[in-house]
Amino acid sequence: MTATEAAAADSLGELTPMLEVEHLEVTHRVRGHDRRALRDVSFQIGRRESYGLVGESGSGKSTVALALTRYLPRNGRVTGGRISISGQDPLAMDGAALRELRARTVSMVYQEPGKALNPSIRVGRQVAEVYEVAGLDGSVAQDKAEAMLRTVQISDPGRVMGLYPHQISGGMAQRVVIAMALAAEPSLLILDEPTTALDATVEAEVLDLVAALRQDFATSVLFISHNLAVIAKMCDRVGVLYAGELLEEGPAQQLFEEPRHPYTVGLLRCIPRRGQRKDAGRLDTIPGFLPSPGHTLPGCVFAPRCPIAEQRCREAPPPAFPVGPARTSRCYLHDATADLPRNTPVDVQLPSSRDATETVVTLRDVSKTFTHGGESVRALVGVNLSLERGETLGLVGESGSGKTTLARALLGLIAPDDGSDVELEIVFQNPDSALNRRHTVRRLISRPLAKLAGLSGARLRERLADLIRSVRLEERHLSLHPSQLSGGLKQRVAIARAFAGGPRIVVCDEPTSALDVSVQAAILNLLADLQSKEQVTYLFISHDLGVVRYLSDRIAVLYLGKVMELGPAENVFAAPHHPYTEALLSAVPSIDGQRADRIRLHGEIPSAANPPSGCVFHTRCPRRLSSGICETTEPPLEEVAPGHLMSCHIPIDQLTIVQRTEQDGD
Amino acid sequence: MTDVVTAPAAEVTVAHGRGELPPWRLLLRRPTFIVGAAILLLWVVCAVFGHAIAPQDPLAQQLLATNKAPSAAHWFGTDQIGRDVFSRVIVGARSILLIAFFATLLGTVAGTALGLAMGYLGGAIDIVGGRIVEAVLALPLVIVAFMFVVAIGSSPLTIIIVIGLVFTPLIARTVRSAVLVERQQDYLASARLVGEKRAYIMFVEVLPNVLPVVLVEFTVRLGYAIFTIASLSFLGFGVQPPTPDWGADIGANYGVLPAGYWWMTLFPALAIASLVIAINLVTDSIEQVLAS
Repeated sequence: MTATEAAAADSLGELTPMLEVEHLEVTHRVRGHDRRALRDVSFQIGRRESYGLVGESGSGKSTVALALTRYLPRNGRVTGGRISISGQDPLAMDGAALRELRARTVSMVYQEPGKALNPSIRVGRQVAEVYEVAGLDGSVAQDKAEAMLRTVQISDPGRVMGLYPHQISGGMAQRVVIAMALAAEPSLLILDEPTTALDATVEAEVLDLVAALRQDFATSVLFISHNLAVIAKMCDRVGVLYAGELLEEGPAQQLFEEPRHPYTVGLLRCIPRRGQRKDAGRLDTIPGFLPSPGHTLPGCVFAPRCPIAEQRCREAPPPAFPVGPARTSRCYLHDATADLPRNTPVDVQLPSSRDATETVVTLRDVSKTFTHGGESVRALVGVNLSLERGETLGLVGESGSGKTTLARALLGLIAPDDGSDVELEIVFQNPDSALNRRHTVRRLISRPLAKLAGLSGARLRERLADLIRSVRLEERHLSLHPSQLSGGLKQRVAIARAFAGGPRIVVCDEPTSALDVSVQAAILNLLADLQSKEQVTYLFISHDLGVVRYLSDRIAVLYLGKVMELGPAENVFAAPHHPYTEALLSAVPSIDGQRADRIRLHGEIPSAANPPSGCVFHTRCPRRLSSGICETTEPPLEEVAPGHLMSCHIPIDQLTIVQRTEQDGD
Repeated sequence: MTDVVTAPAAEVTVAHGRGELPPWRLLLRRPTFIVGAAILLLWVVCAVFGHAIAPQDPLAQQLLATNKAPSAAHWFGTDQIGRDVFSRVIVGARSILLIAFFATLLGTVAGTALGLAMGYLGGAIDIVGGRIVEAVLALPLVIVAFMFVVAIGSSPLTIIIVIGLVFTPLIARTVRSAVLVERQQDYLASARLVGEKRAYIMFVEVLPNVLPVVLVEFTVRLGYAIFTIASLSFLGFGVQPPTPDWGADIGANYGVLPAGYWWMTLFPALAIASLVIAINLVTDSIEQVLAS
């Protein structure tokens, strides 16, 4: 809220904050034991203010939202503190008042739009229902619903009204959910990870929409996310949650620029930012783990992982120290956070010289066509790539662009129509799915050692010990099952298994996207270290462009199964780049403030069953040429600089000029 | 690779930090399981040591003490030819439990193998298997078993094979759907990448993950098997007299119910009911523990 807005609010007599939470404590009862999920959480959201709660998994973000609307699970209850929504206390409400509160005052938008909509009821019916609950007639409600769908920028709302949820895309579904949330004209809108399940380009659109609607509807917003950049973009003020406690609070920009709690500092250092790359040094990490739920730490909850913790930190919980205008930090040492020591030494000797290149695999004109419901879907079209020894090729593109198909074609798991087939290994996104939960770590890693490396007996045990040491697991982990390990440790087991056969190429398919930020950094460091030691080649797939940039030497940008751009990472990330790359980059919110000039992609990736004519990107291209050549002729993939290829009709000089405003990169 | 990037020692603390108990410990905390398992155990003891426990010879006819109501001498009374009903109920546990156990075991082993093949291999075996399942589902178990026993002739082995074969496709169907869920998992792609053979993947990678489903199927089917066997015996196609058998004893004695001789029917019937209920209690508990 700006100062003038605040003054306006005051003059309207809206002095009470929209939401006041004081010393909130929530306890879950699990198998006869009380486990505190939230401890002493206090914050306020002003009228028309947007407040962000950021935290890793297990921090209690969603518990806050559930407590506010009294949707806590059956075994959870508020055991202390006070909540006030517009002066009303939901904790003291009876059933009718609570329904009224949920129907009119507070609305929620969840992560999975697909689960928030009833699959068997048409979209229009579901939106209209909100109006009918508010007491409007059927036909009026229908009209209102259609108008609301138009408000959330659904083109052709009349048609969308008649569709079932499975017939619309994820981004569209989330717009419908937002429309339903806003239809009740709530004073408080709670968004719980609303864009986490969406592609970056769609996320950007939805975030723009939420920002615009917040102005129009004058609602207060509680925005919950694990993504610091999204919070930085969307929120006026931010609270950092950790293990059920609000460790730091303050205006978003200030808090991210000058964090005053060691946890916030650590979190920000874990993220590859400002074009940071692997050869510039390791990422910092936060060692250790979130305290287990139900812990009884007498002092600061972060003390066990804090590099500067002192005796007093372990003895008594620090109060919320005021550390500036409207800023607090629950840290005794909040003055020492600016030069917090690193947990991970930055020093690395990564061989930046890959001059003596040796090609390990070449893909020549690889295509893959699936038959789906009688239609043939071209997932890959004439892809030419070569992978060099010891390099990382990053693969980026929206869902449906063919990233995973390319990786799997390479793996030979899907037989390519034509092209080559090599022995290689893969690290999957989700270690829970990638590791057989009935096998022990020892068995999971030993089996490929026996099968692929042909080892047995003492030599197998020796190599096994080597491997687990190099992924920083310990001897005692060997007898455990995956369910007994944390997400980060599981991913280490998966990486050890991938390296067991001594592969020349390892495909990393979103290896860190199921992990928390602090764990992600350790895994990225590990991957970089292993690569420099083993001279292995990575094909690295990630939707997180910061992560791709950190690890990749070269980057291939895919769209509808075609390579749009291919080149050294720094060339691809810096202008001039392909308009699609440009759009992908500008879709990504940044913690370090926004670019001045942004281009947006509208709509979603077209169906690969019926790809557009000419340049496949022309239907969404913001820089399409007026001559019409983009619609009719497919641009060849041409070298625009040494090793930098691009498939675009726009001459490179012209692209350089129009994109110059973003020359600085990040 | 010389520097330690993270402190692995600290990372271990989370391992099972939630204080999760192994499944069997959770089972022992459920009263329904305790009750079910206790009754089941009681019948198993009767089946194994029946002749030692039974106060009287279950076959001995006391022609001077026919149709006696329950008393201190005969707790469950005597039947029409003066045999002690209590002793017959105890000894009768053996045949029904043995036949039911082996029939269900046969059906579970064969059904699991078939289900694994149908789910993992897919293709023709899945299509053919699917049709057989539908065909078997359409027929009532007792009628099918009855037909076979009449055609082939009754013996415990026949009953075991018939019930086992009828169970096979039913269990296969459940296992198949569990396998289909596992097929989506990346660990199977990993196994293929390592070059594992199909049989290894099916039995070493997939099977352990569907075992909970198999266990539940086994207990559910055990209940059905007991009911079927008792029905066949009741109709006279199960264990042949004079061997004590609950179903056969009901069949032999229900005709005299109108005469007021209720005990010779009621006690074997209660035995069947208690056994089926006990198995269902155990099954429910196992299902709930696995689901939690």
